[in-house]
Amino acid sequence: MKGRAFWLSMVAALVAGLLLTHFIDNDYYFNALYVILQGTVMAVAWNILGGFTGYVNFGSAGFFAVGAYTSIALGKAFGQDFPLPIMIMAAALVCGLIGLGLGYLTLRLKGVYFSIATLAMAIVFETLMNNWAYVGGARGAYILTPDSHLWFNSYIEMLFVLMLLLTLGSIAISRALNASRLGRGLAAIRDDEVAAECAGVPTLKLKLISATIMGAMMGVAGAPYPYFVTFVDPASAFSLFVAVNAIAMPMIGGTAHWIGPVIGALLVGTAQQVITVTVSSELNVLFVGIMLVVFISMAPQGIVGLVQKFRARRAR
Amino acid sequence: MLSVDLFANAIVAGLLLGGFYAAVSIGLAITFGQLDIVNIAHPAFVVAGSYAAYILNSEFGLDPVLIGLLMAPLFFFVGIAIYRVYYAAFERTGQESLSGLAFFFGLMFIIEVLLIMAYGVDYRLVSAPYIGQSIDIGFVGLPYRMLVPFGVAAALTAGIYLYLSRTFMGRAILAVAQDRLALQLMGADPVKIKQFAFGLAIATTAIAGSLLIIIGPVEPSLGRQYIGRAFAIVVLGGMGSIPGMAIAALLIGVVETMVATFMGPSWSPAVSFGVLLLTLALRPSGLFGRK
Repeated sequence: MKGRAFWLSMVAALVAGLLLTHFIDNDYYFNALYVILQGTVMAVAWNILGGFTGYVNFGSAGFFAVGAYTSIALGKAFGQDFPLPIMIMAAALVCGLIGLGLGYLTLRLKGVYFSIATLAMAIVFETLMNNWAYVGGARGAYILTPDSHLWFNSYIEMLFVLMLLLTLGSIAISRALNASRLGRGLAAIRDDEVAAECAGVPTLKLKLISATIMGAMMGVAGAPYPYFVTFVDPASAFSLFVAVNAIAMPMIGGTAHWIGPVIGALLVGTAQQVITVTVSSELNVLFVGIMLVVFISMAPQGIVGLVQKFRARRAR
Repeated sequence: MLSVDLFANAIVAGLLLGGFYAAVSIGLAITFGQLDIVNIAHPAFVVAGSYAAYILNSEFGLDPVLIGLLMAPLFFFVGIAIYRVYYAAFERTGQESLSGLAFFFGLMFIIEVLLIMAYGVDYRLVSAPYIGQSIDIGFVGLPYRMLVPFGVAAALTAGIYLYLSRTFMGRAILAVAQDRLALQLMGADPVKIKQFAFGLAIATTAIAGSLLIIIGPVEPSLGRQYIGRAFAIVVLGGMGSIPGMAIAALLIGVVETMVATFMGPSWSPAVSFGVLLLTLALRPSGLFGRK
């Protein structure tokens, strides 16, 4: 996508979102859209390390939940009216540092160790939150949503527009990274790390940068979550489903290009909402798992790869 | 206050638990340590083994350990089938690092969700005459629900160790880990050997699963806690060394029980993951690995 077309479609998405809040009154749609957008931020974030660099993060739910718990802790400390944007920035800082720390410990090893370490990280933080009574411990915490919702009709509409802004922001960052010098370095690492290192790519530094951005972005996705669900306990915040979605969406959409996770997240997210409403939420969970396995075994380049293959064949 | 009998009980209980952990980890020591296949779904297969034990136990009243042994051949063929898919889709094309990992992650997820859909999220348990009994030696109590898994796990670990070091096929598995090309030049087919070894590893999960449900009730997502334990044990044990794995399993079992006794059971899940993170950061070759 060319620069101008990209920014035009970003603005169009934002305007469409604002128009929706104007014309639709049913809160259910904003709930559903919020979940889809939250999944999109997570997928885009996962792809920055997983897709661009080739290091698989299984602990997405850990970053997400730590972001959510950062908001809860700040809300407990400074009252429920503490401004949400500051909470989001705090969550980005905390989760970015966790990403950096985890990367520093394990990104020098084989990729597999990083993956296992991310799983470990998620469980360690889940145990910490289970034992930290201040944020509710294992029993969970109730969050009162603030009374004010700016000029929107309801609080959920405001959260939806907020999440839309965060989504568009993360897509813009991901696109800029993909095209930048840094992004080319990351692609070189994915294709052949040793060759990249020999060619003068500072592999560890680039990996650490992308791990930090990934962590921060996932924290951002988690920060408004307590205000969305109003009750958070470790079991739901650290849910494996969050982690599976964060992997499945980019894998299904295609990992090499920045648009892949966006396509995957919108498709899978929408399908999930439809299945949850029409069939059952368990089937929806199974659907993601099976889609993930089918896509990585049959179409490892995802939907973007399939489209590229189709175009190449037609050009010939 | 640190009392002697509490301490002694914790050590003994930890050793028994660690012995059971060896049974959970031994299959992973083969797949992850020897074959270089990162089977994250390994603990999910263990839980599937537990459910097999639960079904046959409640239907026919069979002994759980016996069920584990009966189910092992079935699990062996399931393992072979999965390795074939894995080989055809990822290993042959050299994509095992990224896609292979995600494949097993998805597989784990599917197993868990299928179990939830079929049996719900309730805890399931088995009945056997020895569950609930215990023998007391001095002030140390030895419950049979820990002793039996420990004994079976010890036999399983010893059996696999002897098999790998003494038999032709076992040595071939070790050889495929060391030098795949050399094995090919000797006229053996590394893919067939890996397929057999992967089947063997999944077969051990049938037995480990029956032990898991003897120790306590099982629910579908229990496997997740064992991901960290099993990987911590295999990495700490030096990647594929069976004696190293057994010692690491006992160590983790003791440390976990100590933490549960003196700090509270809600902290024990973090132990193995903490150990894993520390091992990866400080000594990735493990306690007994070659440098």
